[in-house]
Amino acid sequence: MKNMKIYLGIGVAVVAGFFLVAADHIDAPAVAGGTSDITDFYAFQGENTDNLVFVANLQGLLSPGSTADAAFDENVLIQFNIDTNQDNVEDLVIQAIPRDGKMYFFGPAAPTTTGLNSSILSEDNSGVVTISQYGQSPEIEEENGMTFFAGPRDDPFFMDFARYGDIIAGNETEFANPGSDTFAGTNVMSVVVEVPKSMVGSSGTINTWITTKRKQ
Amino acid sequence: MKNIKYIMSLVVLSAITLSCSNDDDFTPTPGATGPDFSGVYTQQDQMGRPAVNTVFVSGASKNMFNKTIPSQQSSAFQAMFQANLEGLSPAYANPGDTNALGLTSAEFTGLLATDVLNVSLDGTTTFFDGTNVLTGRNLTDDVITVELILIFGGEAGLTNPEFPGLSNDNVDGNDKAFLTGFPYLASAW
Repeated sequence: MKNMKIYLGIGVAVVAGFFLVAADHIDAPAVAGGTSDITDFYAFQGENTDNLVFVANLQGLLSPGSTADAAFDENVLIQFNIDTNQDNVEDLVIQAIPRDGKMYFFGPAAPTTTGLNSSILSEDNSGVVTISQYGQSPEIEEENGMTFFAGPRDDPFFMDFARYGDIIAGNETEFANPGSDTFAGTNVMSVVVEVPKSMVGSSGTINTWITTKRKQ
Repeated sequence: MKNIKYIMSLVVLSAITLSCSNDDDFTPTPGATGPDFSGVYTQQDQMGRPAVNTVFVSGASKNMFNKTIPSQQSSAFQAMFQANLEGLSPAYANPGDTNALGLTSAEFTGLLATDVLNVSLDGTTTFFDGTNVLTGRNLTDDVITVELILIFGGEAGLTNPEFPGLSNDNVDGNDKAFLTGFPYLASAW
């Protein structure tokens, strides 16, 4: 295992951030701990298999005691990006932005510009939902064939990253069995939107990613 | 990947029905009384697949990675990804070493460096379920163990990993059951 330690020692420099973060939680200095910090992104077939579900989670590692005070930022646009023709450029976007306790949704629709700068597709409004409050039943809206949610949820991510940190630090040589979920008992601010697949393509594979963008 | 099946069946068993309210349909109000959606919004963070920026991007480049559009990420970052992967894992120490997907360090990082989540419109969506690979990402997918297998497991990572103690964090599921229906994520703690 000596070689292993050497390799892992080299790895320390590579993955120093891995102690603090996991899926994308506080992944980079500029966004860590802020209202635009993405923690996770999911895309999966819905309970209704004609639909796709997109999940964006922000502001990770919220303790139960701090979750009621967490809020979406009215200056941060949450955008699901969808590439339908395999060039890794967004052909369609679904945008979400909060205003006065409600989350407004736009698209799926073609963006006016692709890339780092976006404007809100205010002509392509698709729905709005009251932002759910901590400890209350989820507010859910269905409009235009789509379903919307925004509010605090349990962080669905799971990993023994504390142990990973010990391994990288040279204090342990392998994972514990059973491991311990470092994210157990923590919350995130979540946006969930379910859309008919027909709105984002017909068959084959799409490429998707989530971005947060701040008002200039 | 037995655990994933086990977890999936648990999720099915824990179905919870949620009520909806439909009393405030969105009718946009043009003019001064409606919300202001004007302005330009500039990118701060982005993510496709889990843990990519975290694991494969060097510290000084993490902000830049978040502001590089996916179509330009591979040319800008693949070499860095490969160097970091080879520095992290001895499973790629010998020329021609591959992971369980049959990908060399160059091929694997070539795939990962364009950080988008591929999603199938035709059926099963999963990061990896033993059969389907990179067709989406479910809440139940044990993405970290999949990535550890691909980083540390070597050619036979799924059945006989080269570094078994590093190829599974032994946390196979969430701490709260997911819902079978919308909004799918469990209620906050």
